Amino acid sequence: MDLQHITLISFGYIEKDFLEKIAEDVRREYILPVKIREGHLDLSEFHDPARRQYNGNNLLKVVDSMFSSESLKILGLFSVDLFIPILTYIFGQAYLNGRTGIASFHRFNNERYGMKKDDKIMLDRFRKEVIHELGHTFGLIHCHVPTCVMRSSTYVEDIDQKSPNLCITCRTKLGK
Amino acid sequence: MVKKISLLIVDDEESVRDSLFNWFIEDGYHVECAENAKKALSMLESEDFDIILADIKMPGMDGLEMLRRIKFLKKDAIVIVMTAFATVDTAVQALKDGAYDYVTKPFDPDDLSHLIRNASKQIYLTEENEALKEKVIALENVEDLIGRSKEMVKVLKQVEHVAQSDSSVIITGESGTGKELIAKAIHSNSQRKFFPLVCVHCGALTESLLESELFGHEKGAFTGAMYNRKGRFEMADGGTIFLDEIATISTKMQIELLRVLESKSFIRVGGNKEIRSDFRVICATNRDLKKMVEQGTFREDLYYRLNVVNIHIPPLRERIEDIPLLVDYFINKYCTSMNRPLITIDAAALRRLEEFDFPGNVRELENMIERAIVIGNGKEIRLKDLPLGKEVIDSSVESLDDHEKLHIYQILNKYRWNITRSAKALKVDRVTLYKKIKKYGLKPAE
Repeated sequence: MDLQHITLISFGYIEKDFLEKIAEDVRREYILPVKIREGHLDLSEFHDPARRQYNGNNLLKVVDSMFSSESLKILGLFSVDLFIPILTYIFGQAYLNGRTGIASFHRFNNERYGMKKDDKIMLDRFRKEVIHELGHTFGLIHCHVPTCVMRSSTYVEDIDQKSPNLCITCRTKLGK
Repeated sequence: MVKKISLLIVDDEESVRDSLFNWFIEDGYHVECAENAKKALSMLESEDFDIILADIKMPGMDGLEMLRRIKFLKKDAIVIVMTAFATVDTAVQALKDGAYDYVTKPFDPDDLSHLIRNASKQIYLTEENEALKEKVIALENVEDLIGRSKEMVKVLKQVEHVAQSDSSVIITGESGTGKELIAKAIHSNSQRKFFPLVCVHCGALTESLLESELFGHEKGAFTGAMYNRKGRFEMADGGTIFLDEIATISTKMQIELLRVLESKSFIRVGGNKEIRSDFRVICATNRDLKKMVEQGTFREDLYYRLNVVNIHIPPLRERIEDIPLLVDYFINKYCTSMNRPLITIDAAALRRLEEFDFPGNVRELENMIERAIVIGNGKEIRLKDLPLGKEVIDSSVESLDDHEKLHIYQILNKYRWNITRSAKALKVDRVTLYKKIKKYGLKPAE
């Protein structure tokens, strides 16, 4: 089996065009073939009614156990609001130096912040988050370079500040 | 290189431990987890963690009890307590018990990152502060106190011991033994080291001047008192006052001094406001104060007030084994300050120095070495370069050139290397003086 590729798995409906653009950016950044496929999970099992959010820890574990043998790295793409027990929300998370990560574009829509809908900005934020989480699976930790995609981002404004690319230091680490 | 901050997460819920572990590991921290307080405490005994994130509600020992135990083990540990059930009482209790901060689960991701970043910054600053303090201590550490002899080792031990207390000290010893250096060493190694060490040479001042010098004066207190002036006691607030040649002060000043030492308060000359100052007193004398007390020239009560600790510095002739060390030290000091290559001392010259009784003690030895470097051949100190008890003018300097070189050097130093004034004193023109300076390779000491 060819494991030298990255797989992006969409859980729930995500536009094909949107996925392909992200796949192209990922391929360019990590110089690896990227496959797109659909995944099916009963998300209600991960829903926390008290928080009205989805448990990111459990989702990551399940995605990892079900799909990680398929390729070098996999990233689960979601549209639901993710949380981990200790934090009010997360954009995504991944196993450092592992195979699997997850990301959601739920909080990337401008309408959520009282602004006009802007799909371009949403796509831009999501591709950065996907590249960021994949970076963790390749062993990269948060970077202090303001424009590096591996810089920690806790607000969408932080994501907007950075570029979709790895800085030279992170790229060098990736090469090792 | 910046050190990696280590975190210990203590929570009975696996999901919380995992979440925090993943979150912080992505930030580049070294992270470990413990599922209860008992395990955390045992981990803390074998490993030093910079920040401990602990849940309050845990089965067995709760987070607050663990916090108290951690603080007992490591006073400056940074512990952040977390809880899902926030109450003002527990928060207040946690902070009273020394917690760095108190957070309610779940946190906003940005708050958590900020919290840890701030705690990390505090750790770096604390470590930097410690390192800088050590550097300062190393710099101030009695660099001029040279000696390996039994007598000097005893003095140095006394200095170390006395520095930790706040008692008054009398330093006795012949002239030139280094009493002021000992006072500096005591101050530099004491808790007061970050405050001033104020030195007063009592013997150099008349009674009225000494009074004004010590207590300060108000504007108009006497003719020439144009401004208010702080006295030395006031300047020494928080630090140490060193009263050199204490035996020379008048009976009136002895009474004044005793009063100040007892009350730590005084009034400026011409003033009416009481001023308080917190200082430590170190005195020095080359006279036998006890004998002066017996003769009635020094107040007994003041003597006992000052003489809580007595440090006696032995004369140089009683610690001959320190002479080679001191010679090396002064050669290094003066060759460096004169920008000359380091020289040595020949065996015969050193032997004569060891036989000499040095009435002027270390100061005399220091002057001899300085002079020998100036007039010497630039390679080694020879016997003929040392005056050894004779006046400098009658020294063993043999050639006329050596005399000329030494005389010019002394005149230049006298006029602080002002060529015009030196040339005038030597009754030669400036060009001649420049030629002589060049010929003898004379340079001002730095």
